[in-house]
Amino acid sequence: MEASRKPPTMTKITGAQSIISSLEHEGVDLIFGIPGGAILPAYDPLYFSPIRHVMARHEQGAGHMAAGYAWATGRVGVCMATSGPGATNLVTPLADALMDSVPMVAITGQVPTHAVGNDAFQEAYTIGITMPATKHNYFVTDPDDIPTVVHQAFHLASSGRPGPVLIDLPKDVLNQETEWRPPEDLDLPGYKPTMDGHPRRVKEAIEMLARSERPVLYVGGGIIKAEASEALTRFAEMANIPVVTTLMGRGAISDDHPLCLGMPGMHGNYTAITSMQKCDVLLAVGVRFDDRVTGDPQHFAVDAKVIHADIDPAEIGKVRQPDIPIVADARRVLNQFVKAWGDRPALANQEWIDTLRGWQDEYPLFYDQQPDGPIKPQFIIEELARLTGGDAILVAGVGQHQMWASQFWKFDQPRRWINSGGLGTMGFAVPAAIGAKAGMPDELVYAVDGDGCFQMTFQELIVASAYKIPVKVVVFNNDAHGMVKQWQKLFYGSRLSSSLLNSEVVDYVKLAEGMGCIGLRAEAPEEVEPTLEKSLSIDDRPVVVEMVVDREEMVFPMVPAGGSNDQVILGPDSGD
Amino acid sequence: MARVLPLPRHTLSLVVENRPGVLARVSSTLARRGFNIHSLAVGPTIDPGLSRITVVVESEKVEQVKKQLHKLINVVKIFELEPSKAVERETMLIRISAMGTSRTEAIEVANIFKANVVDVGFNTLTFEVTGKPAKLNDLIELLRPFGVVELVKSGRIAIGRAAKSKPSRMRAVG
Ligand SMILES: Cc1ncc(C[n+]2csc(CCOP(=O)(O)OP(=O)(O)O)c2C)c(N)n1
Repeated sequence: MEASRKPPTMTKITGAQSIISSLEHEGVDLIFGIPGGAILPAYDPLYFSPIRHVMARHEQGAGHMAAGYAWATGRVGVCMATSGPGATNLVTPLADALMDSVPMVAITGQVPTHAVGNDAFQEAYTIGITMPATKHNYFVTDPDDIPTVVHQAFHLASSGRPGPVLIDLPKDVLNQETEWRPPEDLDLPGYKPTMDGHPRRVKEAIEMLARSERPVLYVGGGIIKAEASEALTRFAEMANIPVVTTLMGRGAISDDHPLCLGMPGMHGNYTAITSMQKCDVLLAVGVRFDDRVTGDPQHFAVDAKVIHADIDPAEIGKVRQPDIPIVADARRVLNQFVKAWGDRPALANQEWIDTLRGWQDEYPLFYDQQPDGPIKPQFIIEELARLTGGDAILVAGVGQHQMWASQFWKFDQPRRWINSGGLGTMGFAVPAAIGAKAGMPDELVYAVDGDGCFQMTFQELIVASAYKIPVKVVVFNNDAHGMVKQWQKLFYGSRLSSSLLNSEVVDYVKLAEGMGCIGLRAEAPEEVEPTLEKSLSIDDRPVVVEMVVDREEMVFPMVPAGGSNDQVILGPDSGD
Repeated sequence: MARVLPLPRHTLSLVVENRPGVLARVSSTLARRGFNIHSLAVGPTIDPGLSRITVVVESEKVEQVKKQLHKLINVVKIFELEPSKAVERETMLIRISAMGTSRTEAIEVANIFKANVVDVGFNTLTFEVTGKPAKLNDLIELLRPFGVVELVKSGRIAIGRAAKSKPSRMRAVG
């Protein structure tokens, strides 16, 4: 496309112009970044490009913005940084995106080729540092390679198991003359993701499921990435199989669906956890048997036969050896399941479904909001869901608030829940919410953040104000790194070693106003609704809502780290 | 210290794209996933675009090792070479102390192993020998009494054994 707009005789351009043209060619509309010496040549053609650039206030912010954008839109998020500290500041969002399979491309400047290896000013070995934090990375030495490298990077980031890809560009390469040619056809002999499940395996899986009495579908982020929600819901309904959705897979099937059991794992609900413990066939799709889901793997779903379908062959057998392994894209394989199930009747597993219903009635998620007591964090999530009608993108930080958000929000679609699951990166919420809102400006975007997380990246709200990206951030002020405090209360004799936050010295409303946002505060339960209503009514500026919440509330149910999923602690008073 | 049982060794043969940093990617993946490298040898192939890495890993989870290495974009193919179905070789340079009559004694031992003298010093002898890893270890044991001054090994290289009879159907081997 781009090529046809060029005059027939190739004009000489710089490597910097080539990188921007290549990004345009890939359809990029938005870049999050911060310029600096080595990447500066690329910022000059960006000045003339239709691509919008949002200048973050810290490269970690730029990286998480790109991730939020990717989560919300399904497209590749792009971030840019200079060499040395710019690149090292990107390491956390890259590692985060690798863990959670987020499609991202990061462009970094590098010192000129002749200076590489000499400890030049702002030199860091970006390729080496980011090797284990990316799906792949490229060091470009010839500006003629730029279009092809960029094309490959976008392909790698968005195909197979998605992930972050980094391109490191020395300053002299950006300044050299080159021509912009359309990228060469993809030539990646070592990269051929298997998309379709092996028909024999699919057949075996269907036969195993057809004989099952207590099946469970265990699904996660892979469903979201593969746009497989429809196929999943269809298959679950056809066969009548209940579904648990992991922290990364919330919204894969609607929480309102009668077959949806909600979140399993360390802070999952009793029914979701126990359904997996007691099932006879576990159909795992787009999941990786993470320790936060399985607890002690020796005690996880011991009686179950396991069918594991995933796009990444290395995930199959990594933690649990499946009885039927299937390497495949989640959507394709679920559609294969639909087809292979054919006109078989739904399973006659009413007894199993009744058992699950019984558990749901007996062990629901609960909290106790007293009208004159402190605000319960769970109450805020439920109120926010009620007032927005659930029609919002919800972004969370990492900690107790993240668990409550996942437990108490009702997700009814994919890509409406954005959080850092694998790496558990505090500070994710504010920049990810900004990225999501920048990518989906017509959507309502709420971040639910802990006071500790907020203090890691709140400066990015200056970006939200400056670029008119009106996100709303609800800060749960419990005066603590609540999740750490919870562990200290449960496992370290309540010795609160460095987990309190000195909230007496912080004024979140003033802090918000100081960054060009509206600041609101609620301190009592009856203030929650009007304060959230107020936040909803403002749509021309970012809003920070400080919620002063119960400092002692803990997240339950809980399976202590490394414990057996047979021993779910239901609440503070449940004895064991 | 607790006695650690030796982990099983596996010889993996990797065909990789001949690009800067590939070796670093391979060794970093093995290190990051907690797999021990026993030896590693790398060199060009007949195709200038490809290199061959022969790596001997110590692991109980060789399938995981292979899958994790396969995730590297520049790794094109991986084979595991079973010792019984492969020719495995290693080259060794070994320098021992040897003066006077002990020189002839050492050379006699070396001859049995088809080891060549490649350097003679005032009070040392240096042999070069190629063979199966076990053979090299035997030679080391026999030369040990002389006093081993220095020892250099190449790392194992290996190639799968070819079919001994004409297969009923000729098939290209991947
Ligand atoms: C960057 C980073 N540092 C440390 C941790 C360990 N950690 C996990 S949760 C948590 C506390 C989070 O506190 P806050 O944001 O206030 O949320 P809360 O648990 O109180 O809801 C900490 C310190 C982490 N996950 N990420």
